[in-house]
Order: sequence, then structure tokens, then C-alpha cells
Amino acid sequence: MKINTPSRHMREGVRNIVRNGWMTFASVSSIAISLFILGVFVLLTLNVNDWADQVENRVEVKVYLEVGVPQEQVDSLEADMKAIPEVKSVTFVSKEEGLVYLRQQLGENSKDLLEGLDGEDNPLGDAFTVEAKDPRSVSVVADKIGALNLGKDPKPIDKIDYGKETVKKMFKIMDIIRWGGFGIVLLLSLSAVFLIANTIKITILARRKEISIMKLVGATNSFIRWPFFIEGALLGLIGSLIPIALLLIGYWNLVQVADADTLDLFMIQLKPFGEIGLTLTVLLLCIGMFIGVWGSLLSVRKFLRV
Amino acid sequence: MDKGYVRKGCDIVIEMQDVWKTYSNGTHALRGIDIKVDRNEFVYVVGPSGAGKSTFMKLMYREEKPTKGQIFVNGFNLEKLKQRKIPYVRRNIGVIFQDYRLLPKLTIYENVSFAMEVIEAPKKHIRKRTMEVLELVRLKDKALSLPSQLSGGEQQRVAIARAIVNNPAVIIADEPTGNLDPETSWGIMKLMEEINFRGTTIVMATHNKEIVNTMRKRVIAIERGTIVRDELRGEYGYED
Repeated sequence: MKINTPSRHMREGVRNIVRNGWMTFASVSSIAISLFILGVFVLLTLNVNDWADQVENRVEVKVYLEVGVPQEQVDSLEADMKAIPEVKSVTFVSKEEGLVYLRQQLGENSKDLLEGLDGEDNPLGDAFTVEAKDPRSVSVVADKIGALNLGKDPKPIDKIDYGKETVKKMFKIMDIIRWGGFGIVLLLSLSAVFLIANTIKITILARRKEISIMKLVGATNSFIRWPFFIEGALLGLIGSLIPIALLLIGYWNLVQVADADTLDLFMIQLKPFGEIGLTLTVLLLCIGMFIGVWGSLLSVRKFLRV
Repeated sequence: MDKGYVRKGCDIVIEMQDVWKTYSNGTHALRGIDIKVDRNEFVYVVGPSGAGKSTFMKLMYREEKPTKGQIFVNGFNLEKLKQRKIPYVRRNIGVIFQDYRLLPKLTIYENVSFAMEVIEAPKKHIRKRTMEVLELVRLKDKALSLPSQLSGGEQQRVAIARAIVNNPAVIIADEPTGNLDPETSWGIMKLMEEINFRGTTIVMATHNKEIVNTMRKRVIAIERGTIVRDELRGEYGYED
């Protein structure tokens, strides 16, 4: 390509966008809407992922012992659990600590209920909190701890508890958000591609005579294609800048509000604006341009056969 | 004849060897055309409407592909030519039509310079060369007018300027005087002859008996898809 050619293609591309007024508007807004929805899902997914990681790392195995297990058996159990290779740490929670914790949890209402249960009257058993090295291996750890009960009479372990069901449900919800969002965005993107293809087809039809003369005097196909290519990319660019701006403003405000501890109730921490803003901007820009270029190639291809 | 793709230093500008063209609707437009046109020749192509003249012309600038046979244009074997090489062959060919085919929104100057722009000629060269050909067709003072402000003959001269601006080896003209009155037609023919004198081969399809019989050149007559007559300094030979 010669030096003065790119500026000519650029000029032509921009001129087409201005000339096609309404179709430009239609295709830009369809890209904008698709990308806006995509952006919402991206923000949601990133945050849910983050949240899931946090929750996952909080997963631990609670081992409740029977009431009145002798001290030496408690000690040997602790040693056995520490010997399991997947285990990271074992913390002993005495029945006194358990009671304190229970009181904290139940708050004021428990005053009467838990009155006079201290010392010898404490109905709770001792317990352990076991952390796995890898949160995903908690079920293995739980099984292995359960096996320590075998061949002992009376059985020292009363109950083993870990947030298995909660974690499973959470991942299911996340998958729905992720795939549902992906499906919707895919459909919307396809419609945006076709709208762009149509916009550019109109440009081409309006310039069919010009194109046929260009071909007659020996213009190469790529020379003819460039302005349409640029037109498509610009449509995609404009179409992605709008939702990027809206989403960034929206998320920034959300982060401000969230700091005022409304969301703390749900144990959700929003990802910081800076980090997520960059991901979102780059992602939407790329997809927007891709849709635009794809749409333009789709319509140009047919017209260049001759 | 060689590798068959490009023949350099050849004085035959156009050659067809046993060329057949059958359209998909079953029409046999051309049946076995053999012809050679030398560099610097001026050839009229005559014959009744629907005899295959237009197809014959279109084959030369690769608007149509032959069903069978070989075509060489300025050393290129059109049959072996890859799709993306076509533009480079067309740069050796200037095409002129009966209906001028100018771009209505561009000025005369732009209509001509456009042809150089699309083959990515250097900017400086474009200016100089465009003014040069506009002078040749005597339209330099109309450079900034729009096609609609010009007469038919003037518009055809713009089309000629556009056709020759890239210095093609050959001009293919499909009834260039078909829409013009006799007096204007003579002006166009004078111009064509001048271009021919300057070294460009011209192949021109025409229905104009007076021109063919007065400005004597080689005449090729096509009827029902075959060449029925090929004479140097020939006559039109039909009663129109």
C-alpha cells in the first residue's frame, strides 16, 4: 500500500458512516445494546467468581466429638488428623470455647437458654476445625476423618460437617450466570453482525457503479475492500464506546455505594474499580471491533466476485 | 510459447485461439474465434446486434471467461490468470462504453484522477498526468465541472481520458459513438485516431457505417458467433 492510500481509505470509511445516517444509528445501537448486556454479565461473573473463591477458601471441616471423650483419645485423634496428607491445619476448639461461640451467635435471646451451663453442666462436646490444603479436597479430608471412627468403641466422633451443599449450589448458580449470559450475548452479537452487514451492503449498493469502474481500471480487491473494512471497524468502535462508558460510570457508583457497607451484609466484596475497568474496556472494545469487521467482510465478500 | 503465463517482447497485443463462449442459459455467443491483433493496430468490430460482438469485447477485459480456448492480452494468458491478478491485467487495458460511465458526483478532474488513485499512483504524478490527458482530450478548462454540465461528446472525451490516463497498451471501446450525433462522433473518432497514432492499440465495436467506410482500418465482422470477415482497410458491409 502506498503512503497516501491509508488516509484515503480512512476518509472513505468515515464518509460512508456519515452518509448512511439511519443504518449507522441502527447498527451502532444494536452493538451497543449487545455489548452493554455482555458487560453486565462480565461484571457479574467476575464478581461472583471472586466471591466464590473467597467462600471456597473459607470452607473448613468441623469435627464434633461426642460428649465426654477422654483427653488422651482427643490428643490421639488430633495427631491422627494432622497425619492426613491433605490436611493443612487442625485447631482444637474446647467445649468452653464452643459455648462462648454459641452465645455470640445467638446473642441476647440466648441469655436464658444458655444460663448455668458452664463448667460441668456444659452439654457440648469438644470439637476440631480442620483446614484442607486445597479447598476442593475437603470431602476427601472429611471421609478420612470419618474413617478414624472405625474400630473404636465408643466412637469418639459425633458429626463431621462441611459446607458441601452450599458450595455445590454456588457453583451451579455461577454456571447459569456464565452460560446464560454467554448465550444471550452470542445471539445479540449475531444480530449486530447482520445489521452491520446490511449497513455496509447499502453503502456498497450506493457505490456499485463506482466499484465497477474501480475494477475496470484495475483496482485490486483489497483496495476496494479497505474502506468498508474501516467502516465496519468504526461502527464496532463507536458501538462499544457507549456501553463501556455507561458500565464504567455505573460500576464506579456501585463501588462507592458498596463501601458504605450495604453489601457487607451478604459477605460480598466488589472487585476494585481499576482492575475490573481495564478488563471490561479491553474486552468490549475487541468484541465490538470484531463484530464490526466481521459484518463488513460478510457483505463485501459477495460483491467482489467478478 | 514458453510457460504460457507471460510472453514478453511480443508484438501481438491480443490473441484468441479457438475461443468458445456458451452462457449458462444455453446461448452460444461465440463459436471458435481465432484472431490476432498486433501492437498499434486499429480494429473495428462490426456485425448485427446479438452476433456476439459484446461477448467478444468482454472476453478481452476479462469481464467474461471463455468456455473453451485461450486468450492472451498484452502477454498475459487470461486462462491461467489467478483471480487476484486480474486487476494488473486490466491496468493494461482502457475500456470505453457507449454510456460513458462517469461518476456523477465527481468533477471531470476527479473522474480521471480516480483511475490513477485506485492503482495507487504517486500523488504528484497523478496531478501532472491527469492535466496532461485532459489537455489531450481538450477539456482542461472544464476540469472542475461536473459530468452533468457537459455535452455527450464532452462526457465521452472524459471517459477516453480516463481510459488512457494509465497508459494502457490497448483500448477496448464498445460503441463509443453510439449515443452521439454524427458531428460529435467525428470528433471522438479523430481523438481515437490520435491516441492510436501515439502508440495505443484500439479495438472498437461499432454500428457506424459512415465512420468505418471513411476512416479505413482493419474490419472484423462477427456473425452468429464466428468471424465471417477480416480485412485490412475493410468496409462496413451491412445496410443499416
